[in-house]
Order: sequence, then C-alpha cells, then structure tokens
Amino acid sequence: MALSIVHRATGVALYFGTLLLAWWLIAAASGPTAYANVQAFTGSAIGKLIVFGYTWALMHHLCSGIRHFVWDLGYGFKANEREALTWGALVAGIALTVLVWIIAYAVGGGR
Amino acid sequence: MSGRSSMRTPLERVRGLGSAHTGTGDFWRQRLTAVAMTLLIVPVIVVVIMLIGRNHAGAAQILGSIPIAIILLLFIVASTWHMKIGMQVVIEDYIHNEKLKIASVMANNFFCVAVALASIYAILKLSSGV
Repeated sequence: MALSIVHRATGVALYFGTLLLAWWLIAAASGPTAYANVQAFTGSAIGKLIVFGYTWALMHHLCSGIRHFVWDLGYGFKANEREALTWGALVAGIALTVLVWIIAYAVGGGR
Repeated sequence: MSGRSSMRTPLERVRGLGSAHTGTGDFWRQRLTAVAMTLLIVPVIVVVIMLIGRNHAGAAQILGSIPIAIILLLFIVASTWHMKIGMQVVIEDYIHNEKLKIASVMANNFFCVAVALASIYAILKLSSGV
C-alpha cells in the first residue's frame, strides 16, 4: 500500500479548499447578499460534491495523520502493523465522512 | 567561508540545523499544529453543522459568539500554519529549479498569511458585531 501520496494529495486539496472556508467566513462578515451567494454555491450539485470531497480529504488526512503520530511515537513499524494502520486510516476516513454527512443532514436538513 | 578546506563540516555551523538550515523547527511545528487540529476538529465540525441551513442573521450570530469565535480562531491559526509547512515540503520535493522554488515558497507564504488574516478579520468583525 502506497498511501503516503494520498496523505500528501489530500493535504494539497485541503490547502486550496481552505479558500472555500475563507470565502464563507468573509461572506458571513460581509452581509446577507454575500452569504446567500455562498449558500447558493454550497447548495448546488457541484458545490455539494466539492464540500463532500473536502470532507473526505479532511477526514482522510486526519486519520492518516494519526497513523503518522503512531509512527512518530515509535510504534507500528512491523509489516502487518503498517498494513493495518494504513487500511484503518482509509476505512476510518471514509466512515467518518459518511457519518459527518449523516449527522449534518439529520441536524441541518430540516432547517 | 574560510579558505581552508576540510573534510569535516564545522560542528558549530551545523549543530541541530541539518540540511534545511533551520533545524527541526518546522518538523516540530507541523506536529504541534496537527495535534492542535486533532483536538479542535470535533468542535469545529459541530460549529459547521450548527450553521447548516441557517440564514445570514442566524449564522452571523453563531459565528460571533465568544466560544465559537475562539475555537475558529485557534483552528485557523493551526491550519494555515500547518498548510504553510506542508506545502513548503511539497514544493521542496518537486520543484528543483532554484528560482522557481524560491518564488513558489514565497507565494505559499503569501497565500497562507492572506487566508489566515482574511479569515481572522472576518471572525473578529462578526464578534464585534459591526
């Protein structure tokens, strides 16, 4: 498994995805019209896809990063441990992404 | 540089610095900001979910509240710092033309500082309610 490149790629994606977060905060500070523009974008099909992709990139980078913490602490270097950590990060990243979206729809969907 | 050549690098020039010439500072701060974000990620997601489906007035009120503003400010500082260090590693790994590398590292710094300050300004403005 060569997942380190995915850690890096999701990091780069999050780097540029931060623009969306900054745009959203600036719009909230600017006023109702600017905020409505952000909501129109994040509510569109392409906007939802980008925010979903951003969520996965964030969750994967988080889980993959925790895997790096384990290695930084000096554990998990055996072949089977490395495999388990890598698959664990991949699966947990996807699971957390789905979980966050389910909660988001359950809480915010009706508003 | 002294005119004397030696097989050995003077110890006082390299102690604790290594090939990056800045020592392990970035390595440490990359981990520090990562741990900070790992701790902050749940509150940050809670804040974002609180805002889903709200209009501007509702969102502005939530974003301007003191605990939420502080959580977001901490997350912005940690994430933009982490971004700056991470992207610099990527640049140094893939860009080998020295001038292009320096320009890219500069652009990276400008981008991260701009994102950080714009976001911080927005939150402070929301908090002060102007």
